[in-house]
Amino acid sequence: MKSDMDCNQLVELVTAYLDGSLDSKTRARFDEHLLECEGCENYLQQFRGTVDTVGKIDTATIDPAFRDRLLNAFREFR
Amino acid sequence: MTGYAVAEMTRATGEEAALVAALKDGDEAAFAELVDRHTPSMLRVARGYVRSHETAEEVVQEAWIALLKGIGKFEGRSSLRTWLFTVLINIAKTRGTRDRRDTDVEILAFTGGTVDPARFRPANDRYPGHWRQDEVPAPFPDTPEGSVLGNELVAVAQRELEKLPENQRLVVTMRDMLDLDSAEVREVLDISVANQRVLLHRGRAAVRQVLEDYLRESK
Repeated sequence: MKSDMDCNQLVELVTAYLDGSLDSKTRARFDEHLLECEGCENYLQQFRGTVDTVGKIDTATIDPAFRDRLLNAFREFR
Repeated sequence: MTGYAVAEMTRATGEEAALVAALKDGDEAAFAELVDRHTPSMLRVARGYVRSHETAEEVVQEAWIALLKGIGKFEGRSSLRTWLFTVLINIAKTRGTRDRRDTDVEILAFTGGTVDPARFRPANDRYPGHWRQDEVPAPFPDTPEGSVLGNELVAVAQRELEKLPENQRLVVTMRDMLDLDSAEVREVLDISVANQRVLLHRGRAAVRQVLEDYLRESK
């Protein structure tokens, strides 16, 4: 636990880390911290799991009647 | 990005340009293809503003009509999806009945961290700011596609997403559900790089927390 980034700081940088938008110095501190901290490694795993889970929420489907309405609107417009 | 992904994206962009060109010529099949491609995501985003599915459909229909009216002037400087979402959100906002807060207020009002500070060791501890012994996060279990627990977690995440403040909900929906990239989201919502990141991070962190709570309780 000797890294100069604390756990409560790391948890606020996870999205920037996953987006690859941390500067290289901060990214290195983040990675060093992860190597020696199981809690933060697990936190990152939970965060990735959260993003995956949200990705599995079904997107809405088009009701065929609504699709017909849109196509009719197109014909009227043309 | 891999070479394959770039090739795939270029192909998709080229194909969409061809569809837009066909639509300008009044080709109904091109319109139907674009409707099938974008309407589900548009309905999902519209539901972030209005309470009923019927109203969401009306908003989406208005956005498509706006595209038909404006297609002659569409120059493809932004992607069609970005254009559609921007118009959709402007229409949805005028119809929206949900409580709304200004983005900046939403961010400024938030001063603390996204994790309960009580989970970290205090300043006078030997390791200040590190996880308390009994608060160390445990990994989420693997949930195979279609497993009971996996489906439950998706439902829990969806309920929490519904509860998020509007801009957090929109950013998380667009980034993590609909796979828009951060540049598209910034353009559609007209927000800065920093705001996009803060909103995404806070929304994800809130969903993470309810998933963690759910998994702890169901143990």
